Amino acid sequence: MSGFAKKVLGVGAAVAVLGVLIGLYVASWATSFPQTVSATANPASAGGGANLTLETVAAVGHTYSPAHPDWVSYLVRSGGRWVHSTVYDVPANSVVHVTIYQYDSPTGLRNPFLSQVQGTLGGTMTLDGKTVDSVNPEEASHTFAIPELGVFVPLPGVSEEAKHPCEEAPCEAASSDHRTITFSFRTGKKGLYRWQCFVPCGAGYLDGNGGPMQTLGYMDGFIRVV
Amino acid sequence: MTSTAAPVPPGATSRPLWRRLAGFNLLSAVILGVAGYYIGWLIGHHIGGPSYKYEASADENDVALLLGYAGGVVGFLVGLGFANYPISRMLGRPASLREKEGEGVGRYFGLCTDHKVVGIQYLVGIGLFLFIGGLNAMLIRVELLKPSATFVGPNQYLSLVGMHGTMMIGMMTSGVLGPFANYFVPIMIGARRMAFPRVEALTFWLLMAAGFILVTTIFFGGFPTGWTGYAPLNDQAVRGMDSYICFFALVGVSMTLLGLNMVVTIVTMRAPGLTWSRLPIFVWSVLATGVTMVLAAPMLIATLLMAALDRTINTSFFVVGGGGSSYLFQNLFWFFGHPEVYILALPGFGIVLELLPVFTRKPLWGYRLAVAGMFGVSLMSFFVWQHHLFVSGINADLRPFFMLSTEIISIPTGFIFLCVMGTLWKARTTFTVPMLFCLAWTFNFLIGGLTGVFLSDTPSDTDTHGSFFVLAHFHYTIVGGLVFAFFGAIYYWAPKMIGLRFNERLSKLHFWLMFVSFNSTFLPLFALGMLGMPRRVSSYAPSLQTLNDWASVSAFVLGFSMLIFLYNAVRSLIFVRAPAESNPWRSKSLEWQVPTPVPVHNFDQIPVVDSDPYDYGVPLLSGGAQPATAGA
Amino acid sequence: MSSSGAAGHAQVPGEPNHTRRFATIWIVATLIALPLVIFVLGPHMPPGNGSEQASGKVTDNTVLAAMATPVMLLVVIYLIYSTIAFRQPKGGALEGPAVRGDARVQTAWIVITSALVLSLAVYGTVRLESDYGAGSGNGPSPLVVPSGPKLPVQVIAQQWQFTYRYPTYGGIETTHLYLPVDRMIELHVTSIDVIHSFWAYQLGVKADANPDVDNIAFVKPTKLETFDVRCAELCGIWHGYMRDKGHVVTQAAFETWIHEQQSRLAPARKVLPPYRRTYLPEPIRRGG
Repeated sequence: MSGFAKKVLGVGAAVAVLGVLIGLYVASWATSFPQTVSATANPASAGGGANLTLETVAAVGHTYSPAHPDWVSYLVRSGGRWVHSTVYDVPANSVVHVTIYQYDSPTGLRNPFLSQVQGTLGGTMTLDGKTVDSVNPEEASHTFAIPELGVFVPLPGVSEEAKHPCEEAPCEAASSDHRTITFSFRTGKKGLYRWQCFVPCGAGYLDGNGGPMQTLGYMDGFIRVV
Repeated sequence: MTSTAAPVPPGATSRPLWRRLAGFNLLSAVILGVAGYYIGWLIGHHIGGPSYKYEASADENDVALLLGYAGGVVGFLVGLGFANYPISRMLGRPASLREKEGEGVGRYFGLCTDHKVVGIQYLVGIGLFLFIGGLNAMLIRVELLKPSATFVGPNQYLSLVGMHGTMMIGMMTSGVLGPFANYFVPIMIGARRMAFPRVEALTFWLLMAAGFILVTTIFFGGFPTGWTGYAPLNDQAVRGMDSYICFFALVGVSMTLLGLNMVVTIVTMRAPGLTWSRLPIFVWSVLATGVTMVLAAPMLIATLLMAALDRTINTSFFVVGGGGSSYLFQNLFWFFGHPEVYILALPGFGIVLELLPVFTRKPLWGYRLAVAGMFGVSLMSFFVWQHHLFVSGINADLRPFFMLSTEIISIPTGFIFLCVMGTLWKARTTFTVPMLFCLAWTFNFLIGGLTGVFLSDTPSDTDTHGSFFVLAHFHYTIVGGLVFAFFGAIYYWAPKMIGLRFNERLSKLHFWLMFVSFNSTFLPLFALGMLGMPRRVSSYAPSLQTLNDWASVSAFVLGFSMLIFLYNAVRSLIFVRAPAESNPWRSKSLEWQVPTPVPVHNFDQIPVVDSDPYDYGVPLLSGGAQPATAGA
Repeated sequence: MSSSGAAGHAQVPGEPNHTRRFATIWIVATLIALPLVIFVLGPHMPPGNGSEQASGKVTDNTVLAAMATPVMLLVVIYLIYSTIAFRQPKGGALEGPAVRGDARVQTAWIVITSALVLSLAVYGTVRLESDYGAGSGNGPSPLVVPSGPKLPVQVIAQQWQFTYRYPTYGGIETTHLYLPVDRMIELHVTSIDVIHSFWAYQLGVKADANPDVDNIAFVKPTKLETFDVRCAELCGIWHGYMRDKGHVVTQAAFETWIHEQQSRLAPARKVLPPYRRTYLPEPIRRGG
């Protein structure tokens, strides 16, 4: 092999190694996903199905998201902690009971139609203990909606004059003002469904629909019916 | 390519590495680019920092990123030495018109005013970014193997789709003019250089900076709009959108300068005797492309500037709530975008028509018709853009007009086909690899063009707009057309540009694998579009899985064929290094009459031209009969 | 492609008449392919016969395919023929005839392609306007409006869901689209955030949804079926998931369904803004 070829081979090998490293980085970026959290199973005696406990916060904070500490986000309760993920596994052909602790202030629905509860068992939800079938559209802070399953649940916000608003995740019910919403919906066969928030709560973005509203792990996620 | 190092006089010691690295080259450019990025970022951070309420809630400072990119590009260009000439002239020093010419391998890594060096730089640089775009495509096709897989997250999928389209289009716009026109137009017209050699080098380095900026979008969250970057979605997007904006703005500047350079060179620097009717058809296509570039690209730059202003200082060009219009972006973009796709198509016409006479041993048939076709396409391309907006709610009066204009543009395109067929009539064809690529071009662009007629028909377009049918159509015209012509040009001109031969077997394998897998990938996509699959989706109806899987597997084979080309290139050009003859194709064109390697000043004496380069074929006897034996 | 012409090369003895050969092959191929395209492929062309507009486009696509078939066969057969018939013998260095053009062939080509293309443009315009836009979005002022009663249905596109309002039924809004069969529907497509596109595949309807724009499309469904609704313009992360199933039902079933929606969605009805052609909810812009 000539000297020229050896030099080129050396440079080429270095470039190839660099390329592979970059490729691995890009592949890990491309396939990165929030971790999947499974809904906790209910004992058969309590009616079966599964429980999912979520909270919505006004700012997710540096610990959960160093890049975007000021973004609104959903978090899920898992293993006694609040986990920053929006990918949930739920069982097929069963009833899923969802509890959401809502800590954020109202933004208002862009389309007031979505202020009515749809797709849940009974077409209602409980808001701080009371059964309701709709909320004031101006009061909505977020929604939890699985359009392919027909589930639309508006989540009213904590008043602006609240004494103890939760500034940053993780928020605890005992120490901060919040609204508690519970509802149940039925799952069918296996599949992958996306869910999203319909309130334009991405502050700082046009129409409020950018940033966290368009990023998996904050205001959008997947429901995997397994 | 000459030998690696300049010959060292006997007795002298070669300069130490650090002295060879010092100076204005790629290394200093990268260092100053990084410094420039941070300076720009710092300024932007103070302009649009925490005092802006929206920055506090969005955690994103677009001003900082845009200024950072701008600073980075300026630093990069200064580091390469582009500021040296203006500054030295301002200081009263004598002009230095030539940079790094005749210096060895180092001149490929810096500002070199030798148009041949710039051509090779373009070839390698564009090749690198095309490779990256191709990897994006492979990831996209992996995601599309299953109807609702999530191998790639939904944000990343949209970024991949956007990066693939944007990178490919941005690079292939200069894909032929960059490497081949830069290298060969001066030689083909009998000139020693391009009209603006330093600007020529600038267009290359701007493109490289742009490509790098686009790749960094993944650090900033990617962009969700696809290559068309529609408002208002581009206003909602996170910071990665700014990478797209910078990339395309820089590509627009590079395009404008490249086109301008070509036009001025061709108009003013032709050798004595080279009248317009003797100009090679490839040069005509470069002229038509250059004119279109100069007229269309500035529109893109302006549009992107408006989008950047919307994103940063809250103007409302495209925001309906503030008095703007989402239609404005669509119209501005496509007013650039449609001429852009003809900028992509025209050089392919030129290459095929240039190569056919050489391998059929006949003059180009219908020379004037071909020129008319090219300029007809170039002119009409500015009058058809609203066919991208047929269903978007534009004024209904306009639609029949744009349907008519789009149908009409297929007439000059048809001229090219007639010229191809005329040149093939009663030819004596040798099926070399470049010739195979020309024939494949004809087949592919035929399909692309005919499906374009379907799309130009508004009722039919109603069902196929925004679907995989459109995607298949433009891949057939751009990849099946331009990229096939691009590879044909590589195989054709490599003996002159590099002085080495490719391995014939591997080249033919590359061609056949590429041709078959390309058609196998994109032909089913027409069906997918007709069956209702929209573009830019990662989730589709389960009944369409078989077709998608077929397309994905074929796409992997297409990617593999590129690896074969890469292997062929590395093996032939670095290890085997079999020298090529000076004129292996026995072409009568001017660029093949100069020695290999081409001397720095191209010609010892400027040639005087007395005919066009298509002096092939046996002249007919008077009375029209052909001699019994058509001798060489 | 004539073998004689201005440049003229007369028949060389012993060489076959390529023009006649090629023309024969092309004509035979066309005569075989064209009926297949028109009669076998034609009825199965997309988008199917779910509506008057869609049926019109089945015809339209058949016409386009019928005109494209001879052109495609011409060039493809020519390529194959010329690569077989016009070759350089192995190791040879022969040259072909030095013919640079043929005025008659060029003129004929220009005339024929222009005629083909212009007739297609005329046909397309006729088809577009006679089908009231052929299912496409005509913008706020369509060129040709169907006479007679039309059922207005508004399609509101938002990130990332289509909702539908029926102004003649109290402005009720629903998440699913039900349409009565054999009635002319006047779709008003609009968006409240970014650009979307309402694509009802089996009905042959596609109309972009732009914010603050009322994009009108006309469709008359003719088959009782379930149709796919998809978004056809990239609108963000869930663009690919912005899909739904619509239903074409009988008039009676439609009335039943609407009244059921009106009662079920009564709470939402109370807070809905009055029906308007476009809605411009307050944008949340930067800087508060």
